[in-house]
Amino acid sequence: MTTIKKTRAHRPSKTGRRHPLASVALIAIGLLFTGGAYAAFSTSTAVATTDASSQQTIAEGEKLFAANCATCHGLSAQGSTEGPSLIGVGAASVDFQVGTGRMPMQMQGPQAQKKPVQFTSEQIAALAAYVASLAPGPAIPAAELLDAAAGDAANGAELFRINCAMCHNVAGAGGALTEGKFAPAIENVSAQHIYEAMITGPQNMPVFNDMNITPEDKRDIITYLKYVEDNPSPGGLALGSLGPVAEGLFIWIFGLGAIVALTVWITAKSN
Amino acid sequence: MTTVNTRESAGDQTVGAKKTGGFTATAANYIDERTSISGAVKELGRKIFPDHWSFLLGEVALYSFVIILLSGSFLTFFFQASMAEVVYDGSYAPLKGIPMSVAMSSTMDISFDIRGGLLMRQVHHWAALLFVAAIGLHMLRIYFTGAFRKPRELNWVIGFILFILAMAEGFTGYSLPDDLLSGNGLRIIDGLVKGIPVIGTWTSFLLFGGEFPGTDIVGRLYSLHILLLPAIIVALIAMHLLFVVVHKHTQYPAAGHTNQNVVGYPVLPVYAAKAGGFFFIVFGVVMLIASLFTINPIWNYGPYDPSPVSAGTQPDWYIGFADGAMRLIPPGWEVVWLNHTYSLNIVVVLAVVGLFIVTVMVYPFIEAWITGDKREHHVLDRPRNAPTRTAIGAAGVTFYASLWAAASSDIMATHFHLTMEGVIHTLQATTLLGPILAFFIAKRVCLALQKKDREIVLHGYESGRIVRLPGGEFVEVHQPVDEYERWKLVSYSDFKPLMLRPNAQGKIGPAEKVRAGLSRWFFEDRITPVTQTELNRAHGDHPSAITDQEHQSAITDK
Repeated sequence: MTTIKKTRAHRPSKTGRRHPLASVALIAIGLLFTGGAYAAFSTSTAVATTDASSQQTIAEGEKLFAANCATCHGLSAQGSTEGPSLIGVGAASVDFQVGTGRMPMQMQGPQAQKKPVQFTSEQIAALAAYVASLAPGPAIPAAELLDAAAGDAANGAELFRINCAMCHNVAGAGGALTEGKFAPAIENVSAQHIYEAMITGPQNMPVFNDMNITPEDKRDIITYLKYVEDNPSPGGLALGSLGPVAEGLFIWIFGLGAIVALTVWITAKSN
Repeated sequence: MTTVNTRESAGDQTVGAKKTGGFTATAANYIDERTSISGAVKELGRKIFPDHWSFLLGEVALYSFVIILLSGSFLTFFFQASMAEVVYDGSYAPLKGIPMSVAMSSTMDISFDIRGGLLMRQVHHWAALLFVAAIGLHMLRIYFTGAFRKPRELNWVIGFILFILAMAEGFTGYSLPDDLLSGNGLRIIDGLVKGIPVIGTWTSFLLFGGEFPGTDIVGRLYSLHILLLPAIIVALIAMHLLFVVVHKHTQYPAAGHTNQNVVGYPVLPVYAAKAGGFFFIVFGVVMLIASLFTINPIWNYGPYDPSPVSAGTQPDWYIGFADGAMRLIPPGWEVVWLNHTYSLNIVVVLAVVGLFIVTVMVYPFIEAWITGDKREHHVLDRPRNAPTRTAIGAAGVTFYASLWAAASSDIMATHFHLTMEGVIHTLQATTLLGPILAFFIAKRVCLALQKKDREIVLHGYESGRIVRLPGGEFVEVHQPVDEYERWKLVSYSDFKPLMLRPNAQGKIGPAEKVRAGLSRWFFEDRITPVTQTELNRAHGDHPSAITDQEHQSAITDK
């Protein structure tokens, strides 16, 4: 290997078409571009979070962080063997993880479980502001992107089936992943948390950035999920929306169970 | 009674005799004179059916089928089996403006825009699930009581074909709405077909009229679903019931029940009333379920599109065992040979499931060959009295149940907080080892129960009363079993392993050796029924014969 490298290094113009610094230049351009885009994005949504980013809130958040999060994430959120670095995860990540009770994590496991929220909304905002102050990252979405009434449920349903249903099930009932991980049911999840999950990709979820699903499309998905939540199944009780397994279990236990009980009653000898 | 006698003696010489019967008799006579139906009514009306809850399971299947026919006819009025593309414009908002096939759109209309449509769809689907479940339970009853023995082997085969046809009906129906779930199901079938070596791809193209999914499959499945399969099912049900009439119904062993008689109620009037009423009860249960519980919410699944697959995509329960079998195959079972890939992961599933199905279908002939039993059997076996058969059944049930459970491996993983891999590995183990374990456990339990029965017949039930005999000996008084109960406990056929006998040429062929070996395996461990001699001896020297009077004297003597 070394000999080949050496020969290549000696005669770059003959063996390759690209200049050896071309890839470095490309990466630099790419970084500039994405960095610029992120900066532009965070400034555009910074209006909604002016209060949260004041120095006082950040300082309060830092204190809370040191007391509750630093054990795993490190004193300056740089991460440790117990938890990932939080530099650049953004306010949206903190708001989702802490706001749904997943953080602080109850125990190490395949993934952080939802549980009762441990902090007040002011404390969560302070933590988010502190983490957001470390480096730019996805911000908490503006209210107009979360208005379920303004979205198109049909478009949202189609996007949901294509992008989300393979893990979360078509009705958002959740589903299994590998090694004990799972996609949770998306029932009674606030619009803000749904949106944040899409832009930050918590746990095993991929990130759906704005190039992939536009903010309007994200709002449509929220509209669909809220539609499913607000409108009970037209067919009666939904049996968990789990599909044929629940239906089969039901017919064997309750359907056939009732029928067998009735056969016993019909053939019972009169006393 | 007297009027009947006078009429009979008077014969049909006078027209005036009609007056005695009133309208019903006149109408009945009118029909009889033109159809000679009285012969059939006399024969069928006096047909005796024994009364036992488990004998009604087949009826449940029959009634579910009637419900399916009725609700299905309603659905055909509105369903359009076409895969032409339309834009949905019905009442369900989250699908408005979405392009879909006419099949899906008409199913949506049935669900949302046709009065009673959704209820009928749900009745149809729930009744279909109940239909196959009732057949399954009915089959288990037949198997474990040995009702498939001579002369009913052919009826077992017919019934089993009905079971397979019911699954085919279910699967074709599941695929008709052309929603995401049904399309995913068809894609699995397509993959299965394509996995068959040599002919797979051609067969798939033949089925789908080109590359999957094409625009033909819904129309083709519809023809099968509403025409061909139901016609065969109706014909086979007729044969199945005809055989029941010809063979007469089996009965459980009890005092007075023999191979020559049937103890029960005549069809007319008691049994007909009960069975007719039972139809409405089954209909009511299905209606209740269908009006309260959603089934196959196609509005959630949306139209079929080959790219998305929902989490929790499963077939209906009766196809689950085949789906589960595929989930249990370890990864990487593919070989490349002569530039072609052979998908063992599919070939093995098809072979194992196929072998299992064929074995179940021909089981009556296998058992008859092994036991060499050529007698007719109209009295059922209690499962414990045929330990090896019961054990084979338990093994089969365990095998099927493991495959079946595997179809819901993902749901089990999420709902019991397990890992998917853990569930799959556990089920792989139960599929291979479970049947063996179940065989031995079931056989030992049967033998133990038989021993218990023997004990009860010979010594009666323990009464807990300790008596001191004149000689000073203490004995416990046993309550002897009554005559009726004893009949049930002792009257079962006893088998011994077959003797290897040379044939006419004086030779013992390999087939005979296999047969003798299997026969030994079948009957090696057995508990023989109590004989009269044993019974007499037991009663002769046992205090269970002590009557209360003797008892009293025994106590006073002390």
